[in-house]
Amino acid sequence: MRIPSPEAFAKRTVASVQEYSLLTWHAISSIFSPPRYIDDTFTQMDFVGFGSIPIVILTGFFTGCVLTLQSATSLKQFGAVNMTGRLVALSMVKELGPVLTGLMVSGRNASGMASELGSMKVTEQIDAMRALGTDPVRKLVAPRLVATVIMMFFLTIIADACGIAGGALVAVGLLGLEGSAFFHTAFRSLVFADVIEGLAKPLFSGFIIATIGCFYGLRTTGGTQGVGRSTTQAVVASSVLIILFDFLVTKMMIGIFGR
Amino acid sequence: MATAATAPARPTLKPGDPVVEFSHVTISFDRGPVLNDISFTVRHGEMRIILGPAGVGKSVLMKLANGLLTPDSGEIRIFGRPLSDMSPREMYELRAHIGMVFQESALFDSLDVEDNVAYRLIEEHVPASEVHERVVEALRFVELEQAIDKFPSELSGGMRRRVSIARAIISNPDLILYDSPTGGLDPITSTTIIELVIKQRDVSQTTSLLITHRIQDAFTLATHRFNPAKNEMDLIPNGGIDPSTKFLVLNDGRIVFDGTTQELTHTTDDWLKAFIS
Repeated sequence: MRIPSPEAFAKRTVASVQEYSLLTWHAISSIFSPPRYIDDTFTQMDFVGFGSIPIVILTGFFTGCVLTLQSATSLKQFGAVNMTGRLVALSMVKELGPVLTGLMVSGRNASGMASELGSMKVTEQIDAMRALGTDPVRKLVAPRLVATVIMMFFLTIIADACGIAGGALVAVGLLGLEGSAFFHTAFRSLVFADVIEGLAKPLFSGFIIATIGCFYGLRTTGGTQGVGRSTTQAVVASSVLIILFDFLVTKMMIGIFGR
Repeated sequence: MATAATAPARPTLKPGDPVVEFSHVTISFDRGPVLNDISFTVRHGEMRIILGPAGVGKSVLMKLANGLLTPDSGEIRIFGRPLSDMSPREMYELRAHIGMVFQESALFDSLDVEDNVAYRLIEEHVPASEVHERVVEALRFVELEQAIDKFPSELSGGMRRRVSIARAIISNPDLILYDSPTGGLDPITSTTIIELVIKQRDVSQTTSLLITHRIQDAFTLATHRFNPAKNEMDLIPNGGIDPSTKFLVLNDGRIVFDGTTQELTHTTDDWLKAFIS
């Protein structure tokens, strides 16, 4: 394998960032001008949103269960086992719900978008679309972007709810804690800033999943092998960016709300 | 459903008007220049057959003509308008008047034949009843009405090309670009496709560019005409040649021949003689 020169690598990286920025800008501007593909947006909302519900429920639920087991064991040492509900609620709403939902939806949908658009690219369907007078960004990217951002918001709420429910089940069923105390401390601990933080993150995740999935799909070259490569790159890049933006949004929210 | 898409105004063309004009067009990719200083004109009602060895840039030339690629230098004018002066929106509107048949058909694999053929009409918000009528008409033209409910994966290679032709002609375009419509097909299916191309040329006199690797297909196009009474192509009597069919031959990224069928068959260029023999 030939190792590229640092100059070629830098040029390629800058070109990729530029290409991604242009695609993103084009997709956003397409949302605000006709023609809009409303049907395609609903189809994507169904696929991204409803299609992801099972994995989001399972992930959220079992994360809540594990979190309760782990935290209760630690808190017991300090005589603060009644704070389990508070810890689980804060962790799920502020951090684990948004991040895990982002990662799970990324694994399912960024890969799906990259492979679907990648297959269309290598079989000249994207060129055919352009040749038929349709802007592929408007038709394929914009609906996916809108659908993913909207559905990520609701999927995260589902994940948060399932996580807290799973935590409560373990707290009551396995650890013998009182259910009302669990929910009371959980409810009391959450404030406006926590909820805003937890619901701002999925908007960024949704944006990253859709734009990265479509970006890698639309730049696919090299047949079926290229489709596989794009799919892998899309999942890796979107997962890393979701965690990076999770950090940045957390830092920003602490700066704004002080917690 | 797409909102607010409209059918763009049709360009007004008179016989002899230039439809496709390339002037000193050059394009390079990573591996170097693919097309170098290409200049030619295709006039209204003309069929230009593009020949050349594999990898010489014929498909690139076709994509340049449709604005799918942008040249590094030179100017391309379609229907008299320079592509470089057009906004992306104007470019998409222009393409509504250009039909394109891709090398591997490029049908949308998630849509059935009816929706593939109707794609452009649906985008233009043509009423559903009219769409169905026109799809049936286009499929009847390519003799594939029975496949209207099938998906591309259920069709043979030849059938896919015919659907691709139906999709290209459904909006009665003013220019049709055929990118190797017979590539990878057996000789009998190739002849069926060539017959459809001749039918389209003679019935609607649409300006067209056609790439082919098969010299015999090129000469069939030049020496045959469509007979509406028999619904098949006939050899033009007395060794006649279709006057609207001309040739463009590329080699090493440059035009090595641009002229009529007779000029091609009587060429004195050794490389060209070897190529067409």
